[in-house]
Amino acid sequence: MSKRIDVTDLNVYYGAFRAVEDVTMTIEPHSVTAFIGPSGCGKSTFLRTLNRMHEVIAGARVEGEVLLDGEDLYGPGVDPVRVRRQVGMVFQRPNPFPTMSIKENVLAGITLNNRRLPQAAKDEIVERSLRHANLWEEVRNRLDLPGSGLSGGQQQRLCIARAIAMEPQVLLMDEPCSALDPISTLAIEDLIGQLKESYTIVIVTHNMQQAARVSDTTAFFNIAGTGSPGRLIEVGSTDKIFSTPDIKATEDYISGRFG
Amino acid sequence: MSVTTRGVRSTTLTAGRLPRWAVPAIGVGSLALAYIAVDLATPGSANPGLVVALAFVLHLVGVEVSARAVEGGRQAVDRRAVNLVVGAFLLALVPLVSLLWEAINQGIARLDPQFFTYSMRNVVGAGGGAAHAIAGTLWVTGIATLISVPVGLLTAIYLAEYGRGNRTAKVITFFVDVMTGIPSIVAGLFAYSLMSLLFGPGSVFGFAGSVALAVLMIPVVVRSCEELLRLVPNELREAAYALGVPQWVTILKVVVPTAISGLVSGVILSVARVIGETAPLMIAAGFTASLNNNPLAHPMMTLPVFVYDSIAHPGVDVQPYYDRAWAGALTLIGIVMVLNLVGRLVARRFAPRTGR
Repeated sequence: MSKRIDVTDLNVYYGAFRAVEDVTMTIEPHSVTAFIGPSGCGKSTFLRTLNRMHEVIAGARVEGEVLLDGEDLYGPGVDPVRVRRQVGMVFQRPNPFPTMSIKENVLAGITLNNRRLPQAAKDEIVERSLRHANLWEEVRNRLDLPGSGLSGGQQQRLCIARAIAMEPQVLLMDEPCSALDPISTLAIEDLIGQLKESYTIVIVTHNMQQAARVSDTTAFFNIAGTGSPGRLIEVGSTDKIFSTPDIKATEDYISGRFG
Repeated sequence: MSVTTRGVRSTTLTAGRLPRWAVPAIGVGSLALAYIAVDLATPGSANPGLVVALAFVLHLVGVEVSARAVEGGRQAVDRRAVNLVVGAFLLALVPLVSLLWEAINQGIARLDPQFFTYSMRNVVGAGGGAAHAIAGTLWVTGIATLISVPVGLLTAIYLAEYGRGNRTAKVITFFVDVMTGIPSIVAGLFAYSLMSLLFGPGSVFGFAGSVALAVLMIPVVVRSCEELLRLVPNELREAAYALGVPQWVTILKVVVPTAISGLVSGVILSVARVIGETAPLMIAAGFTASLNNNPLAHPMMTLPVFVYDSIAHPGVDVQPYYDRAWAGALTLIGIVMVLNLVGRLVARRFAPRTGR
């Protein structure tokens, strides 16, 4: 349940403006890949192109190739809905559905897609997903209460449970901890470590220590100035990027000399 | 560090404060003073409106002066603003309370069981009732709602979810705005001529009235529903898309349920907006003294038209007609109030649950 992603010469445009330029990289299965870089450098935009979520933004389009185990996400006849069923996403701010209970939130991907399952199977999915998201013990007695009643960290783990209930191949996380306190952040980082056993994980983060702690591979994005497109500067094993990067800009950013 | 900037002369944290009873006392004093002054000017027949207006001015001045003396300029400005706001609120309340009072006072006389069970068929003078008009109002407004809600809600969904600022959406928004400004009599004429074209001249029946009301109601429904759908956070839509949920299912099962309480109250408010329309119904639905439960044939009486007709064309003995008119007006107010209460209950029932 984990696929590899190959990106070749990817450009992302918002209307006429080129937001991301010529990204070529490979994301390995069963690993955590972190995107770091200053604000506005296109890392979130690039992340969204990996499950075609950028199409939600009016005027956004993509040139280039993204292969999910050899299958082009942007090939003719590809249905973005099917892509997103394989490539799940967790957002910056926890966004459980306010009209649904905790249980219904976990099952949202299944019920909203009109998949009919027997009650026992549903219960099993709820328990497995919540256990996987390290939330089961905290909510097992209040599964029918609204998901919006949980704390921020719990809500974010609920969103992770909701994403993995769909059993995606890849899980994209767009700054999943930026709205959370350090303890919830730690819980989610532990969780990321466990989830990579089953999924390919890509995480955008502003927190360099977090990238160093959780990721196997790190990609550094940078921007030459406002109005110019974001570029992939360097990608490599996290150990190498954080100790002996090849490029000066990477070293400057990581050592806190800018950004 | 300078301590003499703009009136701040000391660094102490305490300041003079008017006692709690001061403002009410100034109010009572102003009222007494105003009454005496007006009574002196026009002995024996003091105009209450003039007394209250003068008392309000005296109160403003009194509070201003005493607050400035005891508390300082900033507090005086604050108290002046509070007085003006409360004054404006009370002024706005006057017509509302007066209207309710008058309607209850005059309408209660005929608000008996007979009023709700009898029509005006073969009634001359006292007796009779508005059963035909109540039934007509429910029919006409009900059908108008059945037409407007699907059309209006779907238009709002298009504008808020699919259109998002494209050309078609802009054109639709423009015409919806134009529709909001259509005089209601024009809507009545439109419905009447449409029905005359379709079913021959002089086609006056309940459904024609519903069409006229729907013309007035659709833009209101579109506008309020569109605003409410836009209030649904984009994050929820993205959450659903990221789970591989198609857009129409996202709208149906995530966006609309999140906004449902507001949508319901928006629809009910728009019903309340058109239920009192008189002019278009006089043209399109007509007048009758009999109960007519078939909206597709023959004129159908409605409450506003009933009220108008009773006042405008009373019989020889005027009073029973006036009494029935006031009872009809009171019934209409009652229906609108019940609609609002139901709307609130429904809104609370459907509101997103946020209990911790």
